[in-house]
Amino acid sequence: MNQEEIFQQKVDTEVRIEPKDWMPDKYRQTLIRQISQHAHSEIVGMLPEGNWISRAPTLQRKAILIAKVQDEAGHGLYLYSAAETLGISRDEMIAQLHSGKAKYSSIFNYPTTTWADMGAIGWLVDGAAIMNQVPLCRTSYGPYARGMVRICKEESFHQRQGFEILLVLSKGTDEQKAMCQDAINRWWWPSMMMFGPKDDESPNTQQSMKWKVKRFTNDELRQRFVDICAEQIKILGMNIPDSDLKWNAEKKHYDFGQINWEEFWNVVSGNGPCNKERLDARVKAHEEGAWVREAANAFAEKQKQRAHKNSVAA
Amino acid sequence: MATEISIGNLTQPINESTDQLILYTLHLADNALILGQRNAEWTGHGPVLEQDIAISNIALDLIGQARMLYQYAATLINQATNQLINHSTNPAHTEDTLAFFRTGAEYKNCLLVELPRGDWGVTVLRQFFFSTYQYFLYHELKNSADETLAAIAEKSFKEVTYHMRWSAEWVIRLGDGTEESHDRMQKALDQLWAYTGELLTPGDFETEPDGKIVVDLRSIKVAWTNKIQEVLSTATLQIPENKWQQSGGKQGRHTEHLGYILSEMQYLQRTYPNAQW
Repeated sequence: MNQEEIFQQKVDTEVRIEPKDWMPDKYRQTLIRQISQHAHSEIVGMLPEGNWISRAPTLQRKAILIAKVQDEAGHGLYLYSAAETLGISRDEMIAQLHSGKAKYSSIFNYPTTTWADMGAIGWLVDGAAIMNQVPLCRTSYGPYARGMVRICKEESFHQRQGFEILLVLSKGTDEQKAMCQDAINRWWWPSMMMFGPKDDESPNTQQSMKWKVKRFTNDELRQRFVDICAEQIKILGMNIPDSDLKWNAEKKHYDFGQINWEEFWNVVSGNGPCNKERLDARVKAHEEGAWVREAANAFAEKQKQRAHKNSVAA
Repeated sequence: MATEISIGNLTQPINESTDQLILYTLHLADNALILGQRNAEWTGHGPVLEQDIAISNIALDLIGQARMLYQYAATLINQATNQLINHSTNPAHTEDTLAFFRTGAEYKNCLLVELPRGDWGVTVLRQFFFSTYQYFLYHELKNSADETLAAIAEKSFKEVTYHMRWSAEWVIRLGDGTEESHDRMQKALDQLWAYTGELLTPGDFETEPDGKIVVDLRSIKVAWTNKIQEVLSTATLQIPENKWQQSGGKQGRHTEHLGYILSEMQYLQRTYPNAQW
């Protein structure tokens, strides 16, 4: 067997691929692209929710929201570390994000205009993310799979917190109910788009399935998401903004309406409502932090020299 | 004369010692909340991911401390007012009524915590001044005759010990880092120094004849000053010569910044009063 056959055999028999193992170059590149994109999504994803920390309606909600956004920073850290095992540095990945070469989840290019968005993001956006991420706990690349186990635990906690925010609003005043429905209306379709293009238009799916980087297709996961949300919305007493949504007894799944793929591709390519704001905010934080990082390095270097001098003198 | 406590629609003088305890507890809570609110402005915008997490963590600790203190203040107010007017139809106070329905003049935090977050240098230097104050304060408050305050101090002491260490390390790193970072830190020190005196100057609610409940700030002033001087000197920074110190926060006379903090923070509660969140 050649190296590629040995590699594929490991994948087929569910043996995890580890950083020092031989792997096809395209496998490595696919993983770097996917993991760094995932890391960037966590980091950019801090912005729309961070937008409501200062205005959270109670001190408890404020604390929960800070902790949640902080968890996302932690997820970004694990993921950057996992990607680094493939031979790319965090600095390189961040430079790719800032130059626009690397993508992040388009969902974060939508604005958070009311408090209810904190609930809708938790329920729908984190819900869709979990649907994508749970299978990744068994993905073929070891460091990625292990990182995802930890991330998924926290994500499902976030999802319950988000649902709970909406539940309280759904039982609140008329204004709160309206706020709740409005947030669901705005976040439903972008969340549906999070699963990516339809299977017949997703060029990478087949290869990723063969490598077990992916375990289910975009359409399979999207269907699972619809089936779960269509039931959960009943608890909220709200509506999903899709007049075609109905139970199909024959398929044992919910049918649903057409996704606006034109909007999807426009947001991906930079025309979303907040693409510029999000990237600008990341670049600004990075540039304004440059002197801090330089000083920290300079100080560490001084300390090293001082320690060296002392050891020579001793 | 009993101090008048005006909180939302409650305007009732209670009695002197209860008033003092309530105002003291609110003062400690306000300090923690406003600095927590300021630090959380960094969440998602930190200079490096690890430090974004660290400053968010400090914000979270401070808001946690504020919540415990407001809960205690609310209990004291509710008890006192029920006794006084002898019925309980008065809307009960909670941590949230105290945080979201008091005006700027009712906030009793020190001016230092409400100043804008500035650059990372201003943020870590302000944190160092404040955490060192909290460190020595809670160290003493652990022995307070008031059991609740003592317990809150005990729990918070571990947190602020870490905050003090973390911020001192940053002050030294940036003070003794590059030329640019040194200049920025010296500017931050020149800007913030006049707001440090208030931390250790007793307000009306901090002077107690028998000194059993509140911490006598004079007793921690030397320790605070020594620690600050030691770290600033290691950081190669010069304390400004101008001795003038700003004050007013403990009397409810604030900078222009507090109004903006409160209008943003209190917006939802004030727009939709009586809603549950």
